[in-house]
Amino acid sequence: MRTYEKYLRNDRLPHMWCPGCGNGIIMKAIVKAADQLELDQDNTVIVSGIGCSSRASGYMDFDTLHTAHGRAIPFATGIKLANPKLKVIVITGDGDCTAIGGNHFIHAARRNVDLTVILFNNSIYGMTGGQESCLTPVGKKATTAPFGAVDRPFDPCDLARAAGATYVARGTAFHAEPLVNLIAQGISNNGFSLVEAITQCPISYGRRNKMPTGTDLLIWMRENAVSLTAFEKLSDEQIGEKFPIGVLYKKESPEYTSEYAKVIKMAMEGK
Amino acid sequence: MNKARLMQGNEACAEGALAAGVDFFGGYPITPSTEIAEIMAKKLPTFGGTFIQMEDEIAGIAVVLGAVLAGRKGLTATSGPGFSLKQELIGYGCIAEIPIVIVNVQRVGPSTGQPTSPAQGDVMQARWGTHGDHPMIALSPWTVRESFDVAVLAVNYAERFRTPVIILLDEVVGHMSERVVLPEAADIEVYPRRLPTCTKEEGYKPYTPMEDLVPNPANFGTGHRIHVTGLIHDETGFPTASADVTENTIRRLHEKISRVQDEITHYDEFFMEDVEYAVLAYGGTSRTAYEAVLLARQKGIKVGMIRLMTIWPFADKVVKELSLKVKKILVPEMNYGQLVLEVERASAGQAKVISLPKYNSEIFTPQEICSAIEKLAVEVVK
Repeated sequence: MRTYEKYLRNDRLPHMWCPGCGNGIIMKAIVKAADQLELDQDNTVIVSGIGCSSRASGYMDFDTLHTAHGRAIPFATGIKLANPKLKVIVITGDGDCTAIGGNHFIHAARRNVDLTVILFNNSIYGMTGGQESCLTPVGKKATTAPFGAVDRPFDPCDLARAAGATYVARGTAFHAEPLVNLIAQGISNNGFSLVEAITQCPISYGRRNKMPTGTDLLIWMRENAVSLTAFEKLSDEQIGEKFPIGVLYKKESPEYTSEYAKVIKMAMEGK
Repeated sequence: MNKARLMQGNEACAEGALAAGVDFFGGYPITPSTEIAEIMAKKLPTFGGTFIQMEDEIAGIAVVLGAVLAGRKGLTATSGPGFSLKQELIGYGCIAEIPIVIVNVQRVGPSTGQPTSPAQGDVMQARWGTHGDHPMIALSPWTVRESFDVAVLAVNYAERFRTPVIILLDEVVGHMSERVVLPEAADIEVYPRRLPTCTKEEGYKPYTPMEDLVPNPANFGTGHRIHVTGLIHDETGFPTASADVTENTIRRLHEKISRVQDEITHYDEFFMEDVEYAVLAYGGTSRTAYEAVLLARQKGIKVGMIRLMTIWPFADKVVKELSLKVKKILVPEMNYGQLVLEVERASAGQAKVISLPKYNSEIFTPQEICSAIEKLAVEVVK
């Protein structure tokens, strides 16, 4: 047995994701990161929202919580505050995290509460059959954007950084091994960490956008993901669909539960 | 013995929750419930508890549900607009069987309504506000001291039945100050967190119902590695599409409450020895109703009173017995007529049920209710 397999609930597999879906690759990167850090399964909690990606929690052998749509982050905040010794990892999708859960996302970043959010970004609402999300690129088609998306997507990494996150990284399902390290660094950061993991949804996204197979989408990732240094050298014309991957931002900042521990100390001393 | 103190209903409610072991509060400021959050912010850290003000009402309940799963006892407080937003996760608490107490200090609605005026317009929302079939426990105190007792009871019921419990305060009781003597800590019975009774090796499943039909899902971080979901799940906690499991789950959720309905139906009876008429009231309105009944008695009208503390599950048996005893039941409420529908249903035509609604943002006067009682006594039942 490969050492990371102990972090999976093998009796719950095979998973329910479609053939060609990248979510399994991202989930594997998470368990490999857990293995690399030798995370204690009894003191790590995985919290997810609703959507394809959020089903990952059920396959992973920790205390796991599959919450309501958009609400994974505030549930996770409660767990972390209740027992700061726990490592808390949030698994979420583009709709779950940045649309219905957008407010929670920015506020958890603002507080810098020690959570690691792994955002599975497949650019679409997969589970409901391919509706536009707020991370669908302009011009890409979805069942609710049959002529192509008109509204501009967020850059969730920029959003997290602006809101106060202390570790922000982006990886892809194609760059699976580097993703493991990006996640491991996120988990190690004592504060709010975002790892945006670009993943492929051939069924609900690729088929409508001339990339009908998982391979097509992985090739798209290979061709468009560039390092941050290379990305910064690109002219506006050269950027096109290109995006930076790797660690995008890091900062030292007081972590919420440590700060609240000081409040408790003050209150107990009657100050 | 504890000294007498002048205390507000909201404060007594917060004190009761603390006395029952609440050590986590999450919420969002809203009139007229904010004092509860303010008290919690001040008191919780003094003994290692945790307070957090969240970004919105939904997060205010989500953070508490998360903390409860990690072993804390949790409370949130709100008013109408926030109560509407919290409905989503009240349902989550029902299906995932997470103990939580939600205080709703009712104000005039719908929407922003009259934020500083009293109402009892959320009675039906407390019962049916979240989607799907689920049981509900809702308690409504009528005095400051009872706000304390109701909070203790609510936390205990939430823990014992692993279900959300709603405290329906109204702005009258929440913002009223009265002289109270709180019970000694040693005299307060506190229901502890239910814990697993065996290990995984011995066949532990987090959602196996015990004899009382309530399961014992382990706290996170205690080595059981459980899965909790808002999907229909079997005893393992994992989701299933089985029709049998779905049916059994919904039935069990109802039966774990309906089997103790008599025990958790709390009410008072006044002047019920020789009655022809009765007033049925709850919350702040029952204070006025009590005065009105006294006035009517002075006028020689044989009227009694039932004061419900338990709003949900509805006191079917109490009302049924009452309707066999009296000719007419008057139901004053600070809404357009909500709980009166339940009184009508439970009395099943045995007594004439008369609604006395008030929805102009003002409380009843004793004279208003007394006049309605006098009218009862004059009009002949056809």
